[in-house]
Amino acid sequence: MTAQASLDQEQTETMTVREAIRLALREELRRDEDVYVMGEDVGLFGGVLEVTGDLFEEFGEERVRDTPIAEAGFMGAATGAAATGTRPVVELMFSDFMGVSMEQIMNQMAKMRYMFGGKTEMPVTVRTTEGGGMGAASQHSGTVHAWIAHFPGLKAVAPGTPASAKGLTKAAIRSNDPVFVFENKMIYERSGEVPTDPDFTVPIGEAAIEREGEDVTVVATQRLVGESLETAESLAGDVDVEVIDPRSLYPLDTDTIVESVQKTGRLVVADESPLSYGIHAEVATRTMENAFFSLDAPIQRVGTPDTHMPFSPPLEQEVLPNGEDVREAVERIA
Amino acid sequence: MADYTIDTADGRLEALRRMLTIREFDTTAGEYFADGEIPGFVHLYIGEEAVGVGACAALEPDDYIASTHRGHGHCIAKGLDPKLMMAELFGKADGYCNGKGGSMHIADVDAGMLGANGIVGAGPPMATGAALTIDYQDRDQVALGFLGDGAVAQGQVHEAINLASTWDLPAIFLVENNQYGEATPVDKQHNADNLSDTAQAYDIPGITVDGMDVTAVAEAVEEARKRARAGDGPTLIEAETYRYRGHYEGDEQPYRDEAEIERWKQRDAIESFKKRLVDRGELTEDEFEELRADVEATIADAVDYAQEADLPAPEEAYDDMFGESVPEIEQFAARPRTDGGNRGGDSR
Repeated sequence: MTAQASLDQEQTETMTVREAIRLALREELRRDEDVYVMGEDVGLFGGVLEVTGDLFEEFGEERVRDTPIAEAGFMGAATGAAATGTRPVVELMFSDFMGVSMEQIMNQMAKMRYMFGGKTEMPVTVRTTEGGGMGAASQHSGTVHAWIAHFPGLKAVAPGTPASAKGLTKAAIRSNDPVFVFENKMIYERSGEVPTDPDFTVPIGEAAIEREGEDVTVVATQRLVGESLETAESLAGDVDVEVIDPRSLYPLDTDTIVESVQKTGRLVVADESPLSYGIHAEVATRTMENAFFSLDAPIQRVGTPDTHMPFSPPLEQEVLPNGEDVREAVERIA
Repeated sequence: MADYTIDTADGRLEALRRMLTIREFDTTAGEYFADGEIPGFVHLYIGEEAVGVGACAALEPDDYIASTHRGHGHCIAKGLDPKLMMAELFGKADGYCNGKGGSMHIADVDAGMLGANGIVGAGPPMATGAALTIDYQDRDQVALGFLGDGAVAQGQVHEAINLASTWDLPAIFLVENNQYGEATPVDKQHNADNLSDTAQAYDIPGITVDGMDVTAVAEAVEEARKRARAGDGPTLIEAETYRYRGHYEGDEQPYRDEAEIERWKQRDAIESFKKRLVDRGELTEDEFEELRADVEATIADAVDYAQEADLPAPEEAYDDMFGESVPEIEQFAARPRTDGGNRGGDSR
């Protein structure tokens, strides 16, 4: 079933990715007293990218908590809090700040359950923003989801649509495992149909076929989902492109991707992260392990050349992957 | 009510028993490590017993502690079972962590023990987090984070104390100043006279106590606990103590001499506390020897238990990663190593 088909069966409302995430937070804060939001300027200020918005007004400072600018401290506190019976939702303002808190993420949050022989849960959600496109330069434009997806003990999701933004955020909060939600800052204004059912979630580890096609499979994430869909429409008649949003980066829905490639015989992987050693390589490898003899052409990668995101617009546009890059990749193998 | 309190004669005997148990456990662990029966590293708590026992005597059983890499003493002080601890040191399946943690990671969250920790300075943020849960759920508990003198230099320690202070969380931070951060003396790592002085920056009480005196530690923690429960926020306590052994077992300790160790041993926490109890008529020499024999038997039993316990089955290496399973782990683990196949992959 495609994502669109499943949406048609439910009550929906048009909203942006930002509104969808805020709705997810609101619904989960209402549903479970143990859930609270913490991070830098998430309270009265409403979040530097306005995601938490007016939640402070409804839930107050106990449940929408402003933290000091101390990423290691509050990421560690969230870890300790999750291990002892509450369900913190941490906003890490920009994913570039992950490094500041990496000790608590990699050695505590990720390892506690395993090192304790499974005798604790770790129901922590970390929401963070990624991506270039607003001239924010290298320290506020990074795309680091491959780090987290690579690190054992952590789950990583990355929504490409408003519906998946809501559903993944809710699934992350309800999960007893540490889940990182990577929000591309350039799609906060993207709008679409979102289920209004408060029990709607997107299961972690389940991809969505956003557009069906017969000729080329494009596995695209975050902003590149929308751009790939536009590219697919513009190519319609010449090349019939199937667009899959994996939604979850770890765990990854290998089966959906493999089945698609077995049908199309061609694969483009489009993800904004640096091209070496990351998401592209993982999707390509799993495809080759499982569908090597179905491939009719070399797998193509669309991503950020192994650079940081520069400041000046012509430089940023040079390295930022877009729908045109997807088109070129499709045309190379179609 | 606490398991025992240092305000009663029975409680003082229990404190003495726990200090003796720690010393016997760690002496024994050192021997089995030297014999090669215990893998990895072990960091012994010998000499510092009064700190862990004094602190835990002032806590309620369901209070939380977060520990350090030198955590055996904290576990015993908190009431964990030496058998399951020893089994964990031996890497056995029914150790506290099913053989996945070892000496540096013994934990029992249900018992309020949030884990020994292999990262210097990582425990205090955990204690702040537990205190956040306590405060958020309005529970009648506190969380105490142990840290060593070396950890006072770590940034995340200051972040954790600042956060707990800013939010008035029911946390206690207890610095065990054993005079050495690994192999470097404390005065070469800090330019403060007392490590509790940093409390001023957070506008919380900072006190330095004699860490060789179990009652002094207990009184300080009791006061800090009252303050935490009253909603007045954390306290930073420094306990001055001494590490009799090296940083790790096998450490040749070129950085200090035997005379210094002997000077501290004159003030040995167990000997001095025992003497006080004898002087007060709460204990006879015979009763002390009985207590010692009893403790030795307990630890000998723990070793027997650990030696006889089963090793984990190799496939248990893939368990406990997540609460909700991910297919990757099963896929990548599908071929037993003995078959000689590559990890991952599934050519079809």
